Amino acid sequence: MLSTEEIKGIEEAIGVVPYKKAACIEALKVVQQHRKWISDESLKEVAGYMEMSAEELDSVATFYNLIFRQPVGRHVILVCDSISCWVMGQEKLKEKLNERLQIDYGQTTKDGRFTLLPNPCLGTCDCAPAIMVGNDLYRNIKMDGLDEILNKYE
Amino acid sequence: MERPLTQHLRKDNKPLSLKEYEQVGGYQALRKVVKMSPQEVQALVKDSNLKGRGGAGFSTGLKWSFVPMNAPKPKYLVANADEMEPGTFKDRILLEQTPHQLIEGMIIAAFAIQADQSFVFLRWAYKTAAQTILQAIHEAEAAGYLGKNILGSGFDLHMHLHTGVGRYMCGEETALLNSLEGKRATPRAKPPFPQVSGLFGRPTIVNNVETLCCLPHIVSHGAEWFKKLSLTQDAGTKIYGVSGKVKKPGAWELPMGVTLRELIEEHAGGMQDGLKFRGALPGGASTDFLVEEHLDVKMDFAGVAAAGSRLGTGTVVVLDDKTCPVGFVKNLEHFFAQESCGFCTPCREGLPWIEKILDSIDNGDGRPEDLKLLEAHTKLLGPGNTFCALAPGAMEPLQSALKYFREDFEKHINEKQCTYSKIMSTAV
Repeated sequence: MLSTEEIKGIEEAIGVVPYKKAACIEALKVVQQHRKWISDESLKEVAGYMEMSAEELDSVATFYNLIFRQPVGRHVILVCDSISCWVMGQEKLKEKLNERLQIDYGQTTKDGRFTLLPNPCLGTCDCAPAIMVGNDLYRNIKMDGLDEILNKYE
Repeated sequence: MERPLTQHLRKDNKPLSLKEYEQVGGYQALRKVVKMSPQEVQALVKDSNLKGRGGAGFSTGLKWSFVPMNAPKPKYLVANADEMEPGTFKDRILLEQTPHQLIEGMIIAAFAIQADQSFVFLRWAYKTAAQTILQAIHEAEAAGYLGKNILGSGFDLHMHLHTGVGRYMCGEETALLNSLEGKRATPRAKPPFPQVSGLFGRPTIVNNVETLCCLPHIVSHGAEWFKKLSLTQDAGTKIYGVSGKVKKPGAWELPMGVTLRELIEEHAGGMQDGLKFRGALPGGASTDFLVEEHLDVKMDFAGVAAAGSRLGTGTVVVLDDKTCPVGFVKNLEHFFAQESCGFCTPCREGLPWIEKILDSIDNGDGRPEDLKLLEAHTKLLGPGNTFCALAPGAMEPLQSALKYFREDFEKHINEKQCTYSKIMSTAV
């Protein structure tokens, strides 16, 4: 069941567009904000509300890399793997994260704290390498500053 | 030197409030525009020779002129703030620090085409910009710059913020429109062009953020003034950027047409100690490499084109002599292969194949015939063979790397290994 809050968010999005279905990406965003990811169950609920088939909505959901169709941890770490960050040592940074968290891309730590994902260009190329943790952007990352960043997140 | 787009930015990088923006002349251009006819605004912008700053470099005034003026409402104006070209970070500055400049530019553009609805399509990663823009839209609504009967002119415009959920394809204007309609971001067939049938089948203009930010200044100071800002034929200033192993990476608003040398050596402070310049992508991931012989190329649309590349977004990514060109190109092709929308076969199948070949070469498993195979692909995935510009764009750095850094590819194949240090050692 979609919550009252979720429905309110979805209705706001529907109000901006000429027909319901056009707000389906917004609807997925709203539900993901509340539930962290879009399970099959969530997908069906949203599809029902948006008057779409679950298959049609899934074709949209799976197209976009920031709609999560698999469970994620409490904090999603996005590692920029595009060119400027790569030049500035992103591979080394990624190895350090793998080592520190004991997970690779696409995996979640056993305690459910972090999910590690690669992400194309974060648009902060003059301050490479960069990562995002949740909604927070970190730039000019130094290897010895990594623990300090991770420790901020429970 | 005049820097109309960035001269009023606050030193603390915080956004200019409505009041601060008004104090430096903000919304005066809009007051002027609502007393003009839409045709006059279009003619002014056409005369100014403003060309799109998103990469294509098409005349903004000309683009607008294809919108049928007598078409019934709704008509749409969309700001393309989906800055996702790797190496590009220029619009972020404008979005985060001078949101009202963008909004004023959008209202002017909307007035010129008589649009009554507008969207800012903002990329997901720009969290600060999302807050800044939303706040600024509310301020502009409260001040009567947005909404019904703007400044008593009878002109109505509503503005909405849409934040994306990823995918490079959303930067392509017809794919962006599909995404705004709640669909997969695949490109549309053209014609019909968005000017005639765009968002929800209505006449629509999509303009880049930096392009829109030029408009208030063109209106305030005139077309001739705008042309004179530039050192060359292409009018205006440009927000250039440099990233890679230079001493002071960053972005600067400069006269259109400064040289690549000036950008790298003066503004970016030159290469880091112990490194030499090997080449650069002049305008993001989808542009051909320029090399040492091109350092004096003027960075405008015509100048970079004459050197065999494209100005693109004007944000330069530098390749140094200790970074492997094969690895560099592999990183780019990985990006393009991943971001292909999968709609047309050459792009969907070709790009991953190219990435695999480059990966083999990089890992020491390359075969001499692989270079011919890669070269063939640069034609097979080139202009005219795919549905949109993604794959041809992906071929630009590859074809130029095969030309300028051929010895590196050959060395990888002959010595069956990458002789550059596998993981780039840097400050990190």
